[in-house]
Amino acid sequence: MSKIKWGAALLAVGVAVALGGCAQTSGGGSQTGQKLTILIGSSGDAETKAVQAAADTWAKTSGNTVNVVAASDLNQELSQGFAGGTPPDLFYMGWDQFATYASNGYLDAYAAKLPNAGDFYQNLKDTFTYKSTFTCAPKDFSTLGLIINTDLWAAAGLTDADIPTDWNSLEAAAKKLTTATTVGLSFGLEYARAGVFMNQAGGTLVDGTTVKADTPENLAGLQFIQKLHDEGVYKMPSEVSAGWSGEALGAGKAAMVIEGPWIKGIATDFPNTKYQAYELPAGPSGKSTFTFSNCWGIPQGSKTVDAATNLVQFLTSDDQQMAFADAFGVIPSTTSAAAKYASKYPENASFVAGSDYAVSPVNFAGSATVISDFNAQLASLFGGDAKSMLASLQTNLQAALDAAK
Amino acid sequence: MAKGIRGAEGRYGWAFTAPAIIIIGVFLVLPILLALYVSFSNWHGLGSPIGNSSFIGTTNYEKVLVDPGLAQKDFGTSIRNNFYYVIIVVPLQTALSLFLAVQVNRRILRGRGFFRTAFYFPSVTSSVAITTIFIFLFTASGAVNALLGWLGINGPNWFADPSGVIHNLLAGVGVSKAPAPLTAPGPLGLQWWDWISGPSVAMCVLIVLAIFTTSGTFMLLFLAALQNIGSEIDEAAEMDGAGALRKFFSVTLPMLKPTLFTVLTLGLIGTWQVFDQIYLTGKGEPGKTLLTPAFLAYDTSFTNLNWGQGAAISFILFLIIVALTLLQRLILRDRDVGRRAERNAKRADARLHAEAAMAARTSTGTGAGS
Repeated sequence: MSKIKWGAALLAVGVAVALGGCAQTSGGGSQTGQKLTILIGSSGDAETKAVQAAADTWAKTSGNTVNVVAASDLNQELSQGFAGGTPPDLFYMGWDQFATYASNGYLDAYAAKLPNAGDFYQNLKDTFTYKSTFTCAPKDFSTLGLIINTDLWAAAGLTDADIPTDWNSLEAAAKKLTTATTVGLSFGLEYARAGVFMNQAGGTLVDGTTVKADTPENLAGLQFIQKLHDEGVYKMPSEVSAGWSGEALGAGKAAMVIEGPWIKGIATDFPNTKYQAYELPAGPSGKSTFTFSNCWGIPQGSKTVDAATNLVQFLTSDDQQMAFADAFGVIPSTTSAAAKYASKYPENASFVAGSDYAVSPVNFAGSATVISDFNAQLASLFGGDAKSMLASLQTNLQAALDAAK
Repeated sequence: MAKGIRGAEGRYGWAFTAPAIIIIGVFLVLPILLALYVSFSNWHGLGSPIGNSSFIGTTNYEKVLVDPGLAQKDFGTSIRNNFYYVIIVVPLQTALSLFLAVQVNRRILRGRGFFRTAFYFPSVTSSVAITTIFIFLFTASGAVNALLGWLGINGPNWFADPSGVIHNLLAGVGVSKAPAPLTAPGPLGLQWWDWISGPSVAMCVLIVLAIFTTSGTFMLLFLAALQNIGSEIDEAAEMDGAGALRKFFSVTLPMLKPTLFTVLTLGLIGTWQVFDQIYLTGKGEPGKTLLTPAFLAYDTSFTNLNWGQGAAISFILFLIIVALTLLQRLILRDRDVGRRAERNAKRADARLHAEAAMAARTSTGTGAGS
């Protein structure tokens, strides 16, 4: 009898300890005197410092304190925070994970109430809209462009008149640029790159509530990449021993790559590589590029939502966005600031120009697993059957779309 | 309860074991029970599972095992990948570690201490560090391919090659597309043709890596067991005329059976749970041929926020490991114990007695005759 009592007492102590560890500290809903934590997926020191500086400026004027934490694995640290009941007060929310988070009730839909909600690019607002509610404010954006190594370009005897404007001139330029040590064109073989070719051919993945993945247009996009690879003028970064295509460009292993404004990050490793960014060449059905963006996420039911919303308003103001652009090269998410950016940084003007016709990659809830499955299939695109890949994408994506409704 | 001179002992016993019980209970038993509950719930990963989720029966398990779809196919793919990994790594690492242990146990070997340290070294190095080095060694123009090129072989693009080795061998004899009977859907949403793909070229690198890093640890286990075998047994075997090979297979190996069981069990558990190498080499890339159940469980939970499904995968993996360990115990069981062994022993005993009696009778018979 006493044994059982003792055992029960021990178990009770154990449970108390376990639950005590999960207890939350409570805060108020006011806009001052708050301690905020921002969790960011930083591209490097410059970004972390710029965000901390901006947060400090806001903290001083508003009477709060802000701590900026750079995550080493943003997704993992976010889900850990949410599961533990202690999510950060503000965080970077990637376009690819946004719908998954929104559909699971992780995000506070504050964005529509922002005073500057009307200033953002419409396609960015669409990206961060869940169930027709503009949920979180886009932080900045990037589009894809064609980045050309100008030294290799000149060495191949090419001039400004040869800058690719369509698939044919892209193929011709890639052929001329390909040598024994350099491949003409390189980009990571994934939906986020190959998808632009599918779109340029007139394809799309989702049209309302139907998936249109297995269309001849999408197939034409993939077949063009297959053709370039067969001709030896396109290679995956891994085929030229590069971690990503930016590295291939910097090391001179690829003369042209398809990347975004973040390409400027290669300056640390390859300070002597000269390059120039252009709009992506048009396909049979016109121009197309992808726009990628992060938004400022605020957790649902957060005790600091008012202060955090106020901080977002400050961080997305035109002046502050230009400060971020100066510090680490992102394009502002508001039309007015992006225009200033284009005139201040003419070398990146083509990325801003791309935003006129850019589309957001598919990002409804549950699409991420299907897209990563498609990416996995693309690994065997060369020598493989593009048509069956699109067929399997069609089946899986439609199933995911039906489940998302 | 009778209270004698030892009445309070039970109480003190509980008091002294309490720290261990509390630690194990709070950090091991409770989390496992909670995870088991999560695998039957629709928890979204918001707050504690208790109070923020509801019981939804076996839906999570059905999605992974029964319902056709991406979740089932991914699970099937991960099981296939890991199966090939286990079936190659476990026997090879056991054989290699046993071989190394026997070599460094030989008395005539000079510098035994050096070799023991050298073979054990990969085991004490972090698997993250070794994997990173392997990634550099096996890039398209890395050291391995440079060496192969020197020998006139055009090496594959190791970590980016999703093709299965059995598929590649079949392609070598002209079978590059699935023959009709193999296009039939197999278990877990994968075609039979996909099941027989063999490990991908990328997986082969990880297989080599695993054998390289773990055989040192197991060598140590075998070495300890070898040193426990008395030299008189060796001598007795030699006196009976057993050669080196015969001695190894008929005397040494049977005596190592308990250690062999340990090594195989640890090997099985470790290889079914491979995670860090997968995380580092691109999260299942190339072409999902490096996807393993352990990594899939992580990815399903942390990236896709399908915590219930992730927990379900973990528990299926747990059941697979338990089942395989039991099976292996059955195969390696000692044939000297158990009911059948007793019957055999009795029969052998009876035969021995009968023969002895017969021999005694004939000998007395001849004695009487002379």
